[in-house]
Amino acid sequence: MASAKEIKSLVFGPVFANNPIALQVLGICSALAVTTKLDKALVMGIALTLVTAFSSMFISMIRNHIPSSVRIIVQMTIIASLVIVVDQVLKAFAYNVAKELSVFVGLIITNCIVMGRAEAYAMKSPPLMSFLDGIGNGLGYTVLLLIVAFIRELFGSGTVFGVEILPLISAGGWYQPMGLLLMPPSAFFIIGLFIWVLRTFRPEQVEK
Amino acid sequence: MFSNNDSIGKTFFVVIALCLVCAVFVATSAVQLRPKQTENKLLDAQKNILVATGLLSGDNVKELFTKHIQERLVDMNTGEFVDMDPAKYDYRKAMKAPETSIRLEGADDKASIKSRANVAPVYFAYNDGIESGKLSAIVLPIHGYGLWSTMHAFLALDKDGNTIKGLNYYEHAETPGLGGEIQNPKWVAQFVGKKLFDEAGNPAIKILKPGNAVATSEHDVDGLSGATLTSNGVQHTFEFWTGAKGFAPFLTKVRDGALNNG
Repeated sequence: MASAKEIKSLVFGPVFANNPIALQVLGICSALAVTTKLDKALVMGIALTLVTAFSSMFISMIRNHIPSSVRIIVQMTIIASLVIVVDQVLKAFAYNVAKELSVFVGLIITNCIVMGRAEAYAMKSPPLMSFLDGIGNGLGYTVLLLIVAFIRELFGSGTVFGVEILPLISAGGWYQPMGLLLMPPSAFFIIGLFIWVLRTFRPEQVEK
Repeated sequence: MFSNNDSIGKTFFVVIALCLVCAVFVATSAVQLRPKQTENKLLDAQKNILVATGLLSGDNVKELFTKHIQERLVDMNTGEFVDMDPAKYDYRKAMKAPETSIRLEGADDKASIKSRANVAPVYFAYNDGIESGKLSAIVLPIHGYGLWSTMHAFLALDKDGNTIKGLNYYEHAETPGLGGEIQNPKWVAQFVGKKLFDEAGNPAIKILKPGNAVATSEHDVDGLSGATLTSNGVQHTFEFWTGAKGFAPFLTKVRDGALNNG
């Protein structure tokens, strides 16, 4: 059984020390697409965390029986099933967010983080550890998404979680929103800046 | 049972067993959640009709809908009302089934939708409540093929059956940021006040290359930049649904005063 310290490093390690987006630069595509609003980013983060955690756990449970010749397809099948279920649940209980996220929930299947963790960790580790590793990486993804979405929503539309913070000129206020922040490229800049800040404080992350 | 993970027998066994388990898992969740999803879809459709008429305020969709919107069914060929219960009519199903629709071919199929239902729902909006009898808008469901997908919209007209009061694209899978901008309120706002028909009664809405629309024109609308094919799709959708195979018979009746009773 894993020690408390090990569990802690599994769950919280990927948040800053080994962030899947900032350090491994995985899952960038969806990070650009779903970070215009905080609620979208949060739901996407939760969905991805659940999929990563459970797919890692299931894959780890049958890891000793997966023939190596078809292991990628087996992993994909498990991931795809989970994603479909998550999509169905969202459509039933969070219809509006599900509609806005549209294809991006389905595209969790192709999110490199999920596959990456399955292949790199779950194939070699026991189920509980794999589950926690999935939670940790999902958490790292969610935190980064929330940071990016916070900046984009606050300065792009003057709101936080849909609550008005900076009154817009178009609604009689004083704030002129930055249209660029609502476009996908802005997420690149913000993630880039985030990586810069992170590596200034953690020089060990800088590639030689 | 198997000595080697990589033997052919084991590979087949694992793959088939996994597929079965996953299939059952996915199917169960889909079936279990369907009623809830259908309810959401219905509520969403009602919300979108309210958006097209500009009546939506707050979250009480169900209440607003029953208070302000009356649904009726129209025979597309004659433009007459049909005596059927709208609540029991499934428009999406009817437009696909051969016995309740007509096939569209060649030049008839402007909007590339292949078939059209014989009976379509229309919605009457009463801003002061249905019992006031003061009609404010007529909402028509329209759809047509864009670049990637069938784009569904509600088109709200003034009671003259000609002036556009609102347009709401609520279901499509066009490229987000380009063609997906058809649901951008700013773009859709251009349609408000335009006339569907010219003086001779022909469909007249023109979606032009961005920047070419004349502001004073009653029919010109700027297309979306970077989304020419989607804009064309919208143009074709309008051409079809204001044409003879679309709502023209019904709208002619409206203009001739079929709704004068209320």
